[in-house]
Amino acid sequence: MTTPLVEIRDLHFARGSRPIFDGIDLDIHRGKITAIMGPSGTGKTTLLKLIGGQLRPQSGRVTVDGRNVHTLRHGELYELRKRMGMLFQSGALLTDLDVYENVAFPLREHTDLPEPMIRDLVLMKLEAVGLRGARNLMTNELSGGMARRVALARAIALDPMMIMYDEPFTGQDPISMGVLVKLIRSLNDALGLTSIIVSHDVQETAAISDYIYLLSGGKVVAHGSPEELEHSSSEWAQQFLQGLADGPVPFHYRAVPYADDLLAGRETGGAR
Amino acid sequence: MLGRLQSLGHWALGTFERLGRASTLLLSILAGLPGLLLRPRLLIQQTFSIGVLSLLIIVVSGWFVGMVLGFQLYNTLVDFGADASLGPVIALTLVRELGPVVTALLFAGRAGSALTAEIGLMKATEQLSGMEMMAVDPIKRVLAPRFLGGVISMPLLAAIFSIVGVYGGYFVGVGLLGVDKGSYWAQMQSMVDFHDDVLNGIIKSVVFGVVATWIAVFEGYDAVPTSEGVSRATTRTVVHTSLAVLGLDFVLTALMYGVS
Repeated sequence: MTTPLVEIRDLHFARGSRPIFDGIDLDIHRGKITAIMGPSGTGKTTLLKLIGGQLRPQSGRVTVDGRNVHTLRHGELYELRKRMGMLFQSGALLTDLDVYENVAFPLREHTDLPEPMIRDLVLMKLEAVGLRGARNLMTNELSGGMARRVALARAIALDPMMIMYDEPFTGQDPISMGVLVKLIRSLNDALGLTSIIVSHDVQETAAISDYIYLLSGGKVVAHGSPEELEHSSSEWAQQFLQGLADGPVPFHYRAVPYADDLLAGRETGGAR
Repeated sequence: MLGRLQSLGHWALGTFERLGRASTLLLSILAGLPGLLLRPRLLIQQTFSIGVLSLLIIVVSGWFVGMVLGFQLYNTLVDFGADASLGPVIALTLVRELGPVVTALLFAGRAGSALTAEIGLMKATEQLSGMEMMAVDPIKRVLAPRFLGGVISMPLLAAIFSIVGVYGGYFVGVGLLGVDKGSYWAQMQSMVDFHDDVLNGIIKSVVFGVVATWIAVFEGYDAVPTSEGVSRATTRTVVHTSLAVLGLDFVLTALMYGVS
């Protein structure tokens, strides 16, 4: 078996005094779509930023294509990022450029290709996401789903080895959701990519992923193929996949006992 | 008492931390400047939107300040029979002081606030983060051209302000109040020294240009990425730039003219 494209070992990360990851291990295999799922606030987006080298962990190791992301020098990290695409939840399109220029942006920044070739490449990438006809629109004229597809075209502009999707399905109507689901799978297979999807949309993500990691409370609580997880005996997996309110993931945020809290108000005269 | 001391300490630590971050950012921007030479289009674009688009307010303000100086100074000078000196007095006031200072204050309001808001919103909408992940360094691509554009624009704007002001004074002094045209220009020519007056004015406006643009760019880059955060950062840009310009103007004036 080939070595994984991304290897995460014993990763610890905290924001201030709040721990986000408490020693997680993950493998992202080449050519596969790996989903990282978990309740809101478990640090899924943070994990992508750690893989992309935008954040540094307190301890642990993140290797991408055999290179430890957090020991690379600035220039080496930027070289590595040219081969990593990332799709932000908001799309992160440059608002002063139109659709065409947004997709051309990484090409213009990193290559000296002649203008006709840039045009061909941009049109090919836009065709792949079905938005060749929208090339002259400004970013504020795009719907949420279209903006994400333009961002996807931009992410594949430099033909990366992997793409990281940050919540690609959030706030999409059923049609654009279906389009995105299909696009992610077909781009992954057609371009030979490795994809990482961070999401909490269970049905859509499970439908296209080859492997799923479930995160909660800073740890990997379950992992396996979608079928394995569906039949897993793990309470975490069952609660998350079926959307149950009760289970190992508590409904209530940490607090002092309810009755004590109510009675305390009388003694302190209503202070919060 | 202890609480006050503690909050004073917090404030001091926070201030020093911000100063440190601002200085590191300035160094990174300076390191990114040589790369700009290869991409003059980026620089021209920014110099246009920071400098050229500020021209209107600078020209109008310069004209009015010059006219007001014409009235005020004439009234004082005429009492001593020195109204022929109106030209040099207006020119010296503008070139040494009002040109650089008022331009910097107007610059903070017109261009500085816009820079902060633009960069802050780019941060809030993840555009800067997106660039980083596309292996494009936002400090070199976004901040450096804006910084250099501001630094180039400020002395030019200050020069235009002073020139227009001199003509504003001429319009009032010579045109309306009857000062002799020949002595307005001739005395100005003989009394305004290039090294002592013009060059010192240019030095001031370059210093103000660096400080004003640095503050604007840093506040945007360091803004809390929410609408409230960007609004606070924009306000801070105008307030901090104005205070820094006035403070620095005092220091520079003392250094240039205070000790002889």
